[in-house]
Amino acid sequence: MKNLSKIFITFFKIGSFTFGGGYAMLPIIKKELVDNLNWITEEDILNYYAIGQSTPGIIAVNTATMTGYSLKGIKGALAATLGFISPSLIIITFIAAFFKKFQQLAVLQNAFAAIQIAVVALIIDIVIKMWQKSDKSHLSMLIFLAAFFSLSFLNISPVFVILSSAFLGIIIQYWSGNLKSEFKTYQKGDKDK
Amino acid sequence: MIYFILFLEFFKVGLFALGGGLAALPFLQNLIIKYGWLTTDQLLNMIAISESTPGAIGINTATFIGFNTAGIAGGIIATLGLTAPSIIIITIIAHYFQKFNQHPLVKSAFTGIRPAVAGLIASAAFSLAAGNIFYFENLSNDFSHFFNYKALLLLIIIFIAIRKLKKHPIFYIVFAALIGIIFKF
Repeated sequence: MKNLSKIFITFFKIGSFTFGGGYAMLPIIKKELVDNLNWITEEDILNYYAIGQSTPGIIAVNTATMTGYSLKGIKGALAATLGFISPSLIIITFIAAFFKKFQQLAVLQNAFAAIQIAVVALIIDIVIKMWQKSDKSHLSMLIFLAAFFSLSFLNISPVFVILSSAFLGIIIQYWSGNLKSEFKTYQKGDKDK
Repeated sequence: MIYFILFLEFFKVGLFALGGGLAALPFLQNLIIKYGWLTTDQLLNMIAISESTPGAIGINTATFIGFNTAGIAGGIIATLGLTAPSIIIITIIAHYFQKFNQHPLVKSAFTGIRPAVAGLIASAAFSLAAGNIFYFENLSNDFSHFFNYKALLLLIIIFIAIRKLKKHPIFYIVFAALIGIIFKF
């Protein structure tokens, strides 16, 4: 049941265990929404994250809003986003109120350094799983590698990478003739309605 | 009216910061200088805390600055201000995405976008690993200092555990936190 409180609670959980940038939320989103609840697919996650990354605002919040909307419209978007930001509000307010010298708590820094390594392992795992579920074509592999290298070593903006890969996707589908046949079935579907 | 200013200023940050929490940094710096809410040192401290606590860095920093400026309500209002543009923009995009995601052009575009986003995610993991496991600045003088062996070992152990145990990601995060505290990472 996709009720609002379930959406809120799920994203509260995701917000509570996202350490770092927006990508750090992906393994938990996948576990909760794809594996456990079956609400969305792995492909959906990549689509929503792509949109979240290339629109203004905090990527994690954008991804939460986008996912929430796909589950239950505007109300779903609000429930997901409020669920995601609530842990931050609670934890940071608590820290700001009680720990004036938080940065000296070495214990938390030690914990965080190791958590980052866990996040690396989780991301490697999720990228492998996404590859296994993809079309596994040479072209997809090429786009993956090109995106990886241009972001890791050439400092190219992610928005530019996403836009050019969108363009590339259209050209490849046009070239292979898929685009034409897709258009035919799409227009036929329109007439059937 | 401080609440109104907080909401409006963080709304602007949310509207113009493209590319996540760290992209918001220069905007926040301008903000605190303009109003004299914090010193740059305090801001850097807050960002360090925001990075090592759960939640998106940008959201954590907004809550922090808001709280410091105007108490609990300030924290909530700054955070809602930062979030509001996302909710508005994404809701509009999501509406059209649901309408057009079966359109051949949109579908083809996303066949290109998905592998690129996977590359983007892999790159995020790579830069995180580069900061914590490999020390590239040491590569030229002494190879033995290139690896942080403790971190590399933990990465391998957790990765094998993920593939074998298939537990919830939260399990590995809590496990890593404990290891980090016990072995002083």
